[in-house]
Amino acid sequence: MMRWIWIDRFTAFESGKSAQAVKNLSLAEDHFADHFPGFPVMPAPLMLEGLAQTGGILVGEANGYAKNVILAKIPKASFKREARAGERLTYTTTLEQLGEVGGLVSGTVHVGDELIGEAEIFFAHVDPSQTKDLLGEDNFVFTGQLQKMLGLAKAASKVSPPA
Amino acid sequence: MSKDDIFKKVAATMVEALNVDEDQVTMTSTLQGDLGAESIDFLDIVFRLEREFGIKIPRNELFPESIFQGDPDFVKDGKVTPKGLSELKEKMPYADFSTFEKNPTIETISDLFTVELIVRYLEGKIAKAA
Repeated sequence: MMRWIWIDRFTAFESGKSAQAVKNLSLAEDHFADHFPGFPVMPAPLMLEGLAQTGGILVGEANGYAKNVILAKIPKASFKREARAGERLTYTTTLEQLGEVGGLVSGTVHVGDELIGEAEIFFAHVDPSQTKDLLGEDNFVFTGQLQKMLGLAKAASKVSPPA
Repeated sequence: MSKDDIFKKVAATMVEALNVDEDQVTMTSTLQGDLGAESIDFLDIVFRLEREFGIKIPRNELFPESIFQGDPDFVKDGKVTPKGLSELKEKMPYADFSTFEKNPTIETISDLFTVELIVRYLEGKIAKAA
């Protein structure tokens, strides 16, 4: 099974409001080899994926995962600089609006205090039967992997850190 | 809220959702043909209008999905039959059928989805809420 996980850990989660996750960039990740040889920087679409995973679960969780959530559209995205191996990205997402149709999330990508990218992502609720007609088979549909990660983060936050 | 105020807000919504310039959006612009909307944009537009106008837009009310489902009573030889036309009119009471009626081909159904359709729908919606 492919591990299509572009966040390492949830660091904050407030149901229906906001979610934050971190992603540590390792030079061992495959994408750095090709993007680009001799100049390893993370492809911006993968940062969008990280933001979408952080924010998508916010939309899914708000309805108790009762609805299929898909990444429908990215109305806005901008990046100020590349992200390099060895850096830690922080994805911060806010649920701006939730309705029957779907949810709108805004998100930022930071390295430390530095803002390096931001985007608006629209997630749509779809019936499983619609998913295929509307978007083909390859789009991001919410999987159990992320839910498990969020569960882990919630469990971990209840354990006191080692002294 | 006047019709002009509604239009201005709808136009701003189109600019945001479809990445078009404000001067491209007129009352008669078709969403797909003139403004380049794709299927997912229709969901985005509904969503933004709900926020912009503070209303609920039930699924299929503004933009009905799969109107005919290939029903032979409604469509024959690529044209919408009189029965199909009355079905369309019932499902899309805010659309302007005057041009469509002259040559009701399946391909031109998408031209019924105009900025004006949205404005007229919202007018009705707002009047009911008041």
